[in-house]
Amino acid sequence: MSAKQKFVGRSVPRLEDRPLLLGQGRFAADISFPGQWHMRVVRSDVAHGKLKSIDTSAALKLSGVHAVWTHADVVQIPPIPFRLTGLKQLEPYRQPVLAKDVVRYVGEPVAVVFADNAYLAEDAAELVALSIEPRQAAMLATEKPGTYARELTTEPGVLQKAYGDIDAAFRNAHAVVSLELTIGRHSGVPLETRGAIARYDEARDVLELHGAAKVPHWNRDTIAHMLGRKKASVQLYEGHVGGGFGVRGEIYPEDILVCAAALKFKRPIKWIEDRREHLIAANHSREQHHRVRAAIDSQGHILGIEDEFFHDNGAYMRTHAATVPDLTAAMLPGPYRVPTYRAIGHIRLTNKTPCGTYRAPGRYESTFVRERLLDAIAAKVGVDKVEIRRRNLIGKSAMPYTLGLDTLGTQIVYDSGDYALLLDKVLKAVGWTALQRQLIERRKTGEKVGVGVAMFVEKSGLGPFDTVRIEIKPDGIVEVITGVASIGQGVETVIAQICADALGVNYANIRVIHGQTDRIARGMGAFASRVTVMCGEATRLAATKLRARVLQAAAEQMQTRADVLDIVNGEIVRAGAPGPSMPLAELARTLPEGLSAEDTFESTHMVYPYGVHVAVARVDADTGNVAIERYAIVYDIGKAVNPKLVEGQIAGGLAQGVGGALLEEFRYDQNGEPLSVTFADYLIPTAREVPEVSIIVSEDAPSPLNPLGLKGAGEGGANPVGAVIASAIDDALQRPGAVTLLPVTPQRLKAVM
Amino acid sequence: MNARTAITLSINSRDHVIAVEPRRTLADAIREDCGQTGTHIGCEHGVCGACTVIVDGEPVRSCLMFAVQADGKKIRTVEGLADGDKLHPMQQAFMDHHGLQCGFCTPGFLMLAVGVLEREPDISDDDLLDVLASNLCRCTGYQNIIKAVRAAAKEMRKG
Repeated sequence: MSAKQKFVGRSVPRLEDRPLLLGQGRFAADISFPGQWHMRVVRSDVAHGKLKSIDTSAALKLSGVHAVWTHADVVQIPPIPFRLTGLKQLEPYRQPVLAKDVVRYVGEPVAVVFADNAYLAEDAAELVALSIEPRQAAMLATEKPGTYARELTTEPGVLQKAYGDIDAAFRNAHAVVSLELTIGRHSGVPLETRGAIARYDEARDVLELHGAAKVPHWNRDTIAHMLGRKKASVQLYEGHVGGGFGVRGEIYPEDILVCAAALKFKRPIKWIEDRREHLIAANHSREQHHRVRAAIDSQGHILGIEDEFFHDNGAYMRTHAATVPDLTAAMLPGPYRVPTYRAIGHIRLTNKTPCGTYRAPGRYESTFVRERLLDAIAAKVGVDKVEIRRRNLIGKSAMPYTLGLDTLGTQIVYDSGDYALLLDKVLKAVGWTALQRQLIERRKTGEKVGVGVAMFVEKSGLGPFDTVRIEIKPDGIVEVITGVASIGQGVETVIAQICADALGVNYANIRVIHGQTDRIARGMGAFASRVTVMCGEATRLAATKLRARVLQAAAEQMQTRADVLDIVNGEIVRAGAPGPSMPLAELARTLPEGLSAEDTFESTHMVYPYGVHVAVARVDADTGNVAIERYAIVYDIGKAVNPKLVEGQIAGGLAQGVGGALLEEFRYDQNGEPLSVTFADYLIPTAREVPEVSIIVSEDAPSPLNPLGLKGAGEGGANPVGAVIASAIDDALQRPGAVTLLPVTPQRLKAVM
Repeated sequence: MNARTAITLSINSRDHVIAVEPRRTLADAIREDCGQTGTHIGCEHGVCGACTVIVDGEPVRSCLMFAVQADGKKIRTVEGLADGDKLHPMQQAFMDHHGLQCGFCTPGFLMLAVGVLEREPDISDDDLLDVLASNLCRCTGYQNIIKAVRAAAKEMRKG
């Protein structure tokens, strides 16, 4: 067995890279069909108003323009349903695919034009004249709720999550620390805009949607339902996806419109979003305002946390429904002992772009709130920010730790972790004591430089299931057919590594299929850092089953017992002994029924990675600019299948976190006119703004919930970045609590100073 | 507006004779009229750099150039980087250093880096960082891209 090559745990090169490096990727815009028409969306240019009329006559006169649709043409299509956390009372607030008689944000689809090419469709869209009677736009989620529609207010729901006697905690507190904190509106903004190409194949009676991402099976079922078709007559195909981050791959109005048009016109319909559209039409995220307070004893131990927050969800409830505020409330306690807790989350609607999830949804927000609170408690008690955290951490012996809250249909039980050990690791890695001394010296010379620390618990591996089928092809290629999706994170490589070890083949000979609804009956897709955990374990189970089948079949042909055989690098051999061997491909060719196995992994609990970020920031007193001088991350994910890819996930998450902390914000004027509509006003960090980072991928606490001990790695790079940068800026200014609002733009920081 | 002009785009040493409207961007012409979809379009306003190609030796944002302006010029795109099955040192370095995740921005970064290093092989690390800061990546956090480009620069200097 010792000669057997192991792949799990090694930073092997990605299987995905070669076609992408050669320019042979198949992104949505790369897909075209003969005779296709292009769709262009006519969007509301008013934030809130009564849609009085739409004049399409001038557009229809252009040669090469085939049709213009308004709500009347899609009246039979229901609003887009919820995928997660879909509370009943939110349903009246779902988005129609085209606005009916009210427009609720700038960018809302009002009509669509179908034409021979994209340039012409855009020309025609500009000729569609909208008559809209403006109404007062609601721009602040903290204001008293107003009227949304008859008998509906702009507060569709209020979430409450609580345990313990919070009132007693505050009655008996030595002191109370209160903060008011705001997280700005920003989002995933992948480099590839959205795109959807629908095609109806009359011969098979199948509606195909190309350019799918994230959750193809759920979307297939939903499109079938919305268009009144059988599931089997709708198929989704995922090509390459230019970044997901929560935003891409949810069902939006445009996905439904291309499908409906392909069915109606019997023509392939192609829609590719432009960047301005993306910045006003795809899901925004993050915007919340918190009023939080902690009851503490004289030593700074937390007795209770109470948080009332206002979640600005924009103009509609989209597919994520209450997911983000729910996660905010559920994950706020983090790695600390919080004996009593109450969170009240007001879901509010405003006349801005609707919201959904963005990498570490609800946690980027609540970690900022919690870690600001811990810093404030430290200041109140007069101990340093590391000591206050150490005093409040949940101990290793308390694991598994039942928090007493639920989210995404699961009870929150921290499955494993040694939070104090991880804190020690990062402090040692950065040389905390020496660093503190250096910073004190530098501040004496007038430099505004400081260090922040932030801790967090992430969640990952959301079930309830994943199914995998593995087939050995006659040419020796092993095909792993999954129901997950690839949004650039390295699914094909990681799943191949797990399959390779369990089966006994080289990972490079494994082809991982994802995002194809016609290849596997059901699937959960890629979100919530779930793929490596759920699909990884399903792959291990299926590969183990297949291995037993292979050995049994080989034993018959090789006239021996299965238990003396092994599979090494794709060859069936006698374990530890020389002798005849047989390639897997040869065995597959001899069996008329082929060689395959399928298995399912089910899980009702998520798994909880955890981490610490440390940042050193320098503030320029003249400009208000913040430079991040040093950055360190330790993240415990139980077991890293491919450490280099895990580090890549962490580094990428950090960059996005930095964007939300310092640069990125969807701003609006008071009438709801969006001000961040190009990359010149919505500032994504460049190579100049993202710091070098030292990353330690830690494996102290394998998950007890799957045999490999896996936890997901996708979101820990982003989660506490706003929190840690705020903490570092406070320290640089020597003013605890100075930062109350993200992003900390130079203008805002100047105002604070 | 709709009158088309006949032009010749020389892409990776192959001539494409096409007819385009004057307003057609070079990016669209390369992708739609010449079928070379490796060049990606990320913003169409010249900020993200996903559409970077090399025109007469200079990295250019092909979304900001009209196709008619490139008539007769020598255009290089990502499809022309590899030598048969052998990856260009820049492509190989991106693979070795995990310089790509979703891969959407990658062709733009490859062409930007190759274009600059061919012109200025001994560029300083700091100047190189300035150059790389002119394109956007949303997945990697840039550090692995920087490592890859520095490694490829060494390799390219060896010739």
